This record gives sequence, C-alpha cells and structure tokens, in this order.
Amino acid sequence: MLHITCPWCGPRDDNEFHYGGEAHILRPAAPEKLSDGEWAEYLFLKQNAKGPFLERWSHSAGCRQWFNVVRNTATDEIIEIYPMGELPKSPEGIKAYEGNWRRQSAAEKNAKAGVSGT
Amino acid sequence: MKGSANGMRALRGGASRYSIFALARNALSYHENWQKAWRSPEPKPEYDVIIVGGGGHGLATAYYLASVHGIRNIAVVEKGWVGGGNTGRNTTIIRSNYLWDESAGIYEHALKLWEGMSQELNFNVMFSQRGVLTLAHSEHELKEMRRRVEAIRLNGIDSEVMSPAQIKQLVPIIDTNPGIRYPVMGGFIQRRGGTARHDAVAWGYARAADDLGVDIIQNCEVTGILRDGGKVTGIETNRGTIKAKKVGVVTAGHSGVVASMAGLNLPIDSRPLQALVSEPIKPCIDTVVMSNAVHMYISQSDKGELVFGAGVDSYNSYSQRGSIPTVEGLLAAAVELYPIVSRLRVLRTWGGIVDTCPDASPIISKTPVDGLYFNCGWGTGGFKATPGSGHVFADLIARDEPNAIAAPFSLKRFETGYLIDEHGAAGVAH
Repeated sequence: MLHITCPWCGPRDDNEFHYGGEAHILRPAAPEKLSDGEWAEYLFLKQNAKGPFLERWSHSAGCRQWFNVVRNTATDEIIEIYPMGELPKSPEGIKAYEGNWRRQSAAEKNAKAGVSGT
Repeated sequence: MKGSANGMRALRGGASRYSIFALARNALSYHENWQKAWRSPEPKPEYDVIIVGGGGHGLATAYYLASVHGIRNIAVVEKGWVGGGNTGRNTTIIRSNYLWDESAGIYEHALKLWEGMSQELNFNVMFSQRGVLTLAHSEHELKEMRRRVEAIRLNGIDSEVMSPAQIKQLVPIIDTNPGIRYPVMGGFIQRRGGTARHDAVAWGYARAADDLGVDIIQNCEVTGILRDGGKVTGIETNRGTIKAKKVGVVTAGHSGVVASMAGLNLPIDSRPLQALVSEPIKPCIDTVVMSNAVHMYISQSDKGELVFGAGVDSYNSYSQRGSIPTVEGLLAAAVELYPIVSRLRVLRTWGGIVDTCPDASPIISKTPVDGLYFNCGWGTGGFKATPGSGHVFADLIARDEPNAIAAPFSLKRFETGYLIDEHGAAGVAH
C-alpha cells in the first residue's frame, strides 16, 4: 500500500486518495490547428514511465485537494509532493518532466502559444 | 478448430509424442528420462523474425508463424522465464461473450482455437468448459445484460440469461438473499467459457514451437531496438546484438518500455492487477462466477484452491505488487456473496502488470517503424485471447497486412476515433 503525505492533512493510506493520472498535460488552446494524429497524441498517448513519474492525486476522502506527486513506478517510492500549477524541484522530478515526449509535442506547443497569446 | 485444421501438424520434429504409452514407458525408468520439453539454444546472429516476450501470446505467435506460415528461422526472447509474467499470474478465465462485433471476432476466434488446442499441441492444457457466469446486482445491470446477451447471440456466440433461482442451483455456495448489499438479481452465462491451465498453455506452445525449429531464448532482456532508415534491423539484448528482418513485440505491461526504445509512444497505462488463492478445499464450485459491480470473480482450481481475481489497481506501477485496499475490497465482496469463504485462509496473493488501453481493447498493429509490430493493450483480460492473439499476430507479421479479425485493433483507431469501447461490456473482471 502506498503511504501518501497529503500537503494539508499529513500521511494517509492510499485508499483515501483518488488517482488523477499523468500530470502536466496541457489542453491545446487552438485544437482546430492540430492534425488528427496530433490530437490523438494529446488525447490518448501516455508517458507510462517506468521510473520517476509525475502524476496527480486528490485526497478525495479527506480535504479533497489536488496535488502533484513524483513517484518511482518501478519501486512505488514517493520522491516529491508539490502543488498543482507548479513544476517539480527534485532532480528526478525535473529530469522526468524535461524528458517527457510531451514537451516536444504539437499539442503542448499549441497550448503554450495560446497561454502566452503569441 | 480441430487438430490440423491449419493444414499443418504439430510435432513432426524430434520431440516424442506425449501419450499414455509414453507415460507407461517412462514409469519404468522412474520418470527420470523424460526428454526436455524444449531446447535452450544460444542466440543465432540473425533471424527472420524475433518475437520479444515469451509469454503465452508471444509463444503462440511464434508457433503459428512456424506452423501456419512456414517461417522457421524464428527466435522468442524472454527476459525472465517462459510464462513467468502475466501468463503465470492470471486467473485462467476464458470466454468470448463481448458486446462489439470486433471483440466477438477475436475472442471467439480464440475460443475456437482453445477447443482444439490440447490435440493440436499434444499438450494437455486442461481446457475445461465449465461455464462463465456474470452476475447482475441491480435492475439496471440486469437490463443492460439482457441487451448484451442478444448482441452476443447475434454474433453466433452462446449466451443466456439466468434467474437468481437458476444461479442458486448452479452455484449452491452463493448467497441469493435479496437483503445483502449487492443482491444477486440475475446473471448471464456462456457455457462454452471456462478455464485452462495457464502454465501448460505457455509450455505447450513453447514445446510445439521449439519442435518446429523456433529458438526460445530465456534470460535474454531486450535493451534496444535497432533501426536503419525507418526500418527495424534487429534488437540489442543483454546477450548481445541479434539481427532480424522483423520484430514482433508482445510484452504486456512493459510494452511502453519497449516502444520507447523505438521512439514510439503507446496509448497504454501499466497497472497492477491482483489475484489470490485460498487454501485448498473440497470441490464446491464447478463454474466461474464474475461480478463486475463488486470487482470480484471466483473459480476453483483442480487442486481445490478457490481462485479470486480483483479489479485493476487505480495507479500506474511496474512493481508487480498491488494495493492492500484492492484485496480488502475483493475479500469483502467474496465473504458477502459466498459466506463459506469467511472461514478460509488466504494461501498466497500476487500481482501482475497489465497494459490497459483507453478503450479496454487490445492493439494488434503495425507501427511507424517498418518491420516492427506490436501486440499489446490486452489489459486485464489477455489470457483468454492467447491462441487467437498469436494466430492473427503471426498472420500480421508474415503478410505485413492485418487480416479482417486484426484490422480493427490497429493503432490507427486512436487517430480515426474508431474505438472499440469494451469498458462496460467487458466489465472490470476478466
């Protein structure tokens, strides 16, 4: 069983939490500009890393807050817990973020272009 | 399919046939001189086809490549031992009662191959068509089930609705009291469904494939996929480089890891799926009962252990162990539906890593890399498909073109949106 430290409530068993899957998937700002293949990438393709993985959890049976976790999926070790809207600070987390194929994907570039208004 | 319906006959090579006479003959030497079931060859420098993954699906693929398509220069590379992954970790349930035509196509193809498998492989896979019963616990579920039964029958697959009284007669240990938390409102059964001995499936395919010249190379982990100008040229392993004209990857939970070696991403999340067995008891249930609403299924092995399967764990992991609350939920449901199990002790629990797809249907597909094929995404229910999966995947590799059964399961479906959504129909329990 995972022992997850909720940033607000402290350490709890994993059955108090709800899994939110891969973190940092940005919704494209102008999806009509993506090809079917690029849209499918955004919608369906997964990082599914074996090793440090950035994911979202919600403390659904507690404070109901969402937060991000860096967890090693090969060992289930939790490396870092950080707030929504921020990026990881641990070396494993930074490496996992930067190494994710999404950083180069058309969908993410589309999303970022929309956010910055360019 | 009967014995040699593929136009080929297994075991024409050096392996002696298993029979009652072979058993008697070997009894004379105290069973110490049985021939090894398959060789353990050193990898050759080059093969026509390499199959990555020595589980049931991979070995079946190699066997059908050799027996149906006449390709003999084949290797199966396996990082651990034959059948040591999900093939040896599932709850051995076989059925073909799926909602959609595409799923009915592949799972019924598999079920027909199961019916002739022991004869074809000359290996007793202990295929037992003891029936697979799925319970409904609400009015809505029962109505949906009636609709599903009709859809399944339209595809020529046996399926019938059962009343709580009929269920009680078939499964005396079940509690059909309407007052329980998830009362049994009815169910539907596929009588041709059942179980098989999972290890025997791997061993049977391994022996038959080996006999047709397939090299089965265990303790050989793939570390890279070699490509040249968009075409696959071989694999890198912990036992050196092996060249190949074609590579078929059948690595279940690790499909994403192998795909990334070829620069590909898959629509797959790898998650633990858990099962457990009780201590052995006298025969008390002679069918398989599944319940999607409470994520639990039960059958009894020939050794007498009650075999329980759970729903898939909620989070991604490769650790081959799951979460305790999942097991707790499974056992709570088991104790309520089958009160006699409350006195039993759990003998062992385990987990396997399953490759779950967004539409709960498999991927049998070419890839953007020429000569590289993937067979994955079977999620929580791959065992039942083993022979059908291997049969159509072999066909895809041999002809570089999917046949009518495999075509809907292409990776392209995520682009076209033609998903085969079996979440509701397949249920959680497989």
